[in-house]
Amino acid sequence: MNLDQAFFLYFAAMIVVFSIVTITRKNPVYAVMALLVVFFHVAGLYVLLNAEFIAALQVVVYAGAILVLYLFVLMLLSVPREALGAAAHRRWPVYALVGGATTFEIALLLARSKFAPRPGPYPPDVVREMGSTQAIGTVLFTEFLYPFEVISLVLLVAMIGAIVLTKKWTPAQGGEEGR
Amino acid sequence: MTIPLSWVLALSAVVFGIGVIGLLTRRNILILLMSLELILNAANINLVAFSNHLHSMRGNVIVVFTIAVAAAEAAVGLAILLALFRNRRTVNLDEVREMKG
Amino acid sequence: MTDLIQPIFQTAAWVVIYAFVPSFIVMNAVLIAGAFLTYVERKVIGHIQQRPGPNRVGPLGLLQPLADGIKLLTKEDIIPAQADRFVFVIAPFLSLVPVIMAYAVIPWGEPTTLMGVLPWLRVFDGWGYIPAAWNPFPLVPEKATLVISNLNIGVLYILGMSGLSAYGIILAGWGSNSKYALLGGLRSAAQVISYEIAMGLAIVGTLMLAGSLSLVDIVRAQESSFWYVLAQPLGFLIFFISGIAETNRAPFDLPEAESEIVAGFHTEYSGMRFAFFFMAEYGAMVIISAMASILYLGGWLPLQLPIPSALPAIGSTLAVTDGAVRAVNGALMAVPPIVWMLSKIGFFLFVYIWLRATFPRLRYDQLMHLGWKVMLPLGLANIFVTGLVILVKG
Repeated sequence: MNLDQAFFLYFAAMIVVFSIVTITRKNPVYAVMALLVVFFHVAGLYVLLNAEFIAALQVVVYAGAILVLYLFVLMLLSVPREALGAAAHRRWPVYALVGGATTFEIALLLARSKFAPRPGPYPPDVVREMGSTQAIGTVLFTEFLYPFEVISLVLLVAMIGAIVLTKKWTPAQGGEEGR
Repeated sequence: MTIPLSWVLALSAVVFGIGVIGLLTRRNILILLMSLELILNAANINLVAFSNHLHSMRGNVIVVFTIAVAAAEAAVGLAILLALFRNRRTVNLDEVREMKG
Repeated sequence: MTDLIQPIFQTAAWVVIYAFVPSFIVMNAVLIAGAFLTYVERKVIGHIQQRPGPNRVGPLGLLQPLADGIKLLTKEDIIPAQADRFVFVIAPFLSLVPVIMAYAVIPWGEPTTLMGVLPWLRVFDGWGYIPAAWNPFPLVPEKATLVISNLNIGVLYILGMSGLSAYGIILAGWGSNSKYALLGGLRSAAQVISYEIAMGLAIVGTLMLAGSLSLVDIVRAQESSFWYVLAQPLGFLIFFISGIAETNRAPFDLPEAESEIVAGFHTEYSGMRFAFFFMAEYGAMVIISAMASILYLGGWLPLQLPIPSALPAIGSTLAVTDGAVRAVNGALMAVPPIVWMLSKIGFFLFVYIWLRATFPRLRYDQLMHLGWKVMLPLGLANIFVTGLVILVKG
């Protein structure tokens, strides 16, 4: 076992433990904090897999924006601490079993698959040499240019959608009362 | 100094499973959305691992897209949650059952 | 047995030499500098308002930070009965740790032998106490850039860390279980998220010119051309104003507007926990100042005046000779790089304090208006123009 693998085992253990913490907390604030730990360790994992740019994106976007948004909504809702209600569905063991079975099936499929390395143009040492930012940029703005434009449209639609959904419409603005 | 692909795939499968279990068992919409993030992260881990394994950048590029979609999903999901909470004063999925026959 | 221990020993030595020692030095320097920054701030504001400022403890009041520290350490540590204990306790750490982590990628000076210490360490054999194969000192580089880690995504790393500062504040507000603290936390979260976007957009212009995300490379790129403040004056303004808003300093200090919401998110905090928020704020100020120096003022590079004969339009009308300018440039060159870096940071910190003493606080809607409707479009326009110029000039 070398250093990379030791680090992987640490990251993996933390990710699994704090994922479980995330879905078992009754109070969403604690779930958000556990999810923050998960995101950080996933970012660490990306660094091990030669994807520093994705790791930085993970921290900037997931931890710095999306999760803050969750926390923000949580504060805005001001759900009384006593009224957080039942944590789980009453038939939760059944559903947990379904989820466990799904995982087991995926694991089984993966174990039976063979993923032969098919060397592409970006082996790890080349990526490390040029930096993962440049490598990703080169592919993103040539091969994936149209998807890139489409994703900006998706973000725009989401932005407008979020504003429309949360705006308090008054009759003067042509909306129905109390929407 | 490499990490076997199978290790990463196993980790991703476990995280995906935890996300699915969270999605199925929890009733708090916020936690459901967080479980969704876990599932997306599991997919991302897979993409990055394969990108590294196949010496290609495509997986990493798709992760960029996934993160953008996750941001859009979180924004819209939380907006729906806010609208719902304003009308029904609840974040519990089981109490939202108007459409049930 | 030796086969197993020797690599572990060398790895541990590597970690200590490359990570622990530099981190320890930088972290302590930053925390001590942060403490003295509170003194400098009170002194400068005092003089701006025509009063002496702190002058009782020690000569010129220089020991004031020490006295403050002792006071904060010995104060009663209060945790409100209705607070969420865990969140309340962890929030100050969440606010300070990302700020200190951000220092890992700030370069303080160019490659140096540390006045001959590093080459000496390389040949140091441990006076025979360490077996030759175990000797960690050959790992020491001959010359070291004064940076803990030269990440090739340095700028993104700093953006990520500054985005995390929202957590400490918003969780402090929620954990206190007090309406003023919660309002302060909410305001801060909205403010930090809003201005981080403008800040990121402002930086993009510089990144396009430098062609790198590594802070060391950005300084190197300015060494071979010119300081980017000349090419990116708008980007520089957007960056610095957003930086002030990002660190919640006056005139953007709404999260802790005393006249409206008591002390904001840290209303319920006292003693050392309160000091943590304070240190985080001052640490973030130094980070923004260091970033402004590196991105726009050439980091550790010395100031160099243009040679008159190299300026075709006005060169002949100037009264100074080439020789005189060269002599001044040579003198400026002789100043050590780290002194340049620190004095640039000091200049920005002074501007921070100056602004606080000069401007009235913005109203919340004005703040949001400035962030989203002024800074954001200007940042986008800056990127567009920069791209256009790069495209035209090839």
